[in-house]
Amino acid sequence: MDRQAEYVLRTVEERGVRFVRLWFTDVLGKLKSFSITPAELELALEEGMTFDGSAIEGYTRVQEADMLARPDAATFEILPWRGNDAPVARMFCDITHFDGTPFAGDPRHVLRRNLERARERGFTFFVSPEMEYFYFRSETDPTPLDNGGFFDLTTQDIASELRKQTIITLEAMGIPTEYSFHENGPSQHEIDLRYTDALSMADNVMTFRLVVKEVARLHGVHATFMPKPIEGAFGSGMHTHLSLFEGDTNAFHDASNEYGLSKTGQAFIAGILHHAREIAAVTNQWVNSYKRLVVGYEAPVYVCWARNNRSALVRLPPAKQGHQGDATRLEFRAPDPACNPYLAFSVMLAAGMRGIEQNYALPPEALNNIYEMSGEEREAAGIGSLPSSLREATDAMASSELVRDALGEHVFEYFLRNKRAEWDEYSVQVTPWEIREFLADL
Amino acid sequence: MTTLLVFPDPPPPLLAQTLDLAGFAWKAVGNAAVAAATEPSEGWGGAVICADDDPECAFSVCRTLRRPDARLDGVLLLLTGTQLAALEHREDLFDDFCLSPFHPKELEARLRHLQFRTGRVANPEVAAYAELILNFETYQAMIGDRPLDLTYMEYELLKFFVTHPGKVFTREQLLSRVWGYEYYGGARTVDVHVRRLRAKLGEEQAGLIQTVRSVGYRFGQTRWNGATSPASAAGG
Repeated sequence: MDRQAEYVLRTVEERGVRFVRLWFTDVLGKLKSFSITPAELELALEEGMTFDGSAIEGYTRVQEADMLARPDAATFEILPWRGNDAPVARMFCDITHFDGTPFAGDPRHVLRRNLERARERGFTFFVSPEMEYFYFRSETDPTPLDNGGFFDLTTQDIASELRKQTIITLEAMGIPTEYSFHENGPSQHEIDLRYTDALSMADNVMTFRLVVKEVARLHGVHATFMPKPIEGAFGSGMHTHLSLFEGDTNAFHDASNEYGLSKTGQAFIAGILHHAREIAAVTNQWVNSYKRLVVGYEAPVYVCWARNNRSALVRLPPAKQGHQGDATRLEFRAPDPACNPYLAFSVMLAAGMRGIEQNYALPPEALNNIYEMSGEEREAAGIGSLPSSLREATDAMASSELVRDALGEHVFEYFLRNKRAEWDEYSVQVTPWEIREFLADL
Repeated sequence: MTTLLVFPDPPPPLLAQTLDLAGFAWKAVGNAAVAAATEPSEGWGGAVICADDDPECAFSVCRTLRRPDARLDGVLLLLTGTQLAALEHREDLFDDFCLSPFHPKELEARLRHLQFRTGRVANPEVAAYAELILNFETYQAMIGDRPLDLTYMEYELLKFFVTHPGKVFTREQLLSRVWGYEYYGGARTVDVHVRRLRAKLGEEQAGLIQTVRSVGYRFGQTRWNGATSPASAAGG
């Protein structure tokens, strides 16, 4: 038994941990969990725990249902909100077949595979997402907490107390935060997570969503990562800062370039832009995601990059004085926080790496406000658009060899099937808007 | 763990057994020349010299071990009650003595005390710095009464810091000494873990790990500015 596993066993004993939750993620990014007792822990660490994979979205067909969840001892954390009386801990799991081979439908494996490819070329992938979300009265009542028009101060205090508690909990779980503030929308908040390697960050995003919801629940309110919960207000994005390191050198940085951007950095951005339409179904995977990607709410709509233009899809944030070398990164503004972070980071990396491998040229920086340009002007400037619906996004994905390769056949096929079914179900809905607009007049 | 020098060769069976049961690594030598010839590269970790059988040879081994240019600390002398007078004018040849026949527990306690005094505590079970306590045996860390819940690598990094207070380490040094191999991801891995550790230490203790600009990290205070206590200085 390795020392990490020994550390976990010893800590469980010393801290009197009563249950260990084994966490993993389905293809759509939903956190799955089952609990084991400390008595089963040693076996779980050595051999993995058997579970029925056919019950999990996007996992297996019934005939090959039994899988192994193998806990990753490096991810062992005690859940701080469970109190000290009967501590509960968690570990993320890798999913394998009985012979130990990784299961192709495990999103964590998909990300590992993409990271391994980048690693073969000498790159480590660092990620830092800005997580936006809303607090509402309840799951069924999207009334913002701080826009009720009465007791504004008091309700705002509740929201900032919630955010403070959330940050304390995250920090206690080893998820450092950078900034947090009230966002543009009513009852909308943002917490920025400090960069770490992409696999840890995908785990962190899964933990983050649970922590935000748990803390909200403890205070009797509901937190949601739904991309566009309120018509006419800002949506929730997950702007993601990306950088590649070669050893200790930031591979995106080149002081001699006018943007401070190396050839590698330029090609990576070009890759993201070139494949942005194809990967959108993964970074923005719900019908509702495309209600956010519309003009007028600082969400990206057009495929272009810029330094200080917040309407651009890819932004090159200015680095602080003295930190240029380390801090060179790009900010990809399309993803929303309801994505599957393992798959979203996978396709972002794959798109950027394709740019590097094939030496894509970086298009010129978008200097004007793209929203104010006419369609002809944009076309002349070679600026395309993101998909405007999940339907468009799945069509773009379906013909993408890049996404197929990044996700692997199993996840690719399932994902496409599932998302097309979601669109089909949505498209037969008769919406309140249609009733309002048409029922009386037609 | 360093090796104890034991004289004579073979040592009395009870001595050998006592050292084995107490977990000491040791090597018997028959005379001063062998002691010099078989000295391990890291030096002897102390010595147990039985003077009851062949006092002349025993004292000659002691004199070799205590020569002024390479003096060995932690020399324990075993002798009978009737030999006590022989210690006169030989005070410089040993650090402590124990009467033979000895009680195994007494011999062990004296040896451990010598090891402690000479800074050779081989396997300390606890390390503390200000309010922070690490128990190496149980892998647990506490700040005051508050348990710290750490991942394995966070714990190993904190352990390294606590056992090397006041010294500045570069990221590369931390990487090779804590991660122990060419860890993929380079020095940024260290930054990520330091930031995670600071987050878990909490606001009041986060300053325990200081960033030394363009060098690396330092845990706690340097040896030379002890004017402020670590606990109060850590608040910043």
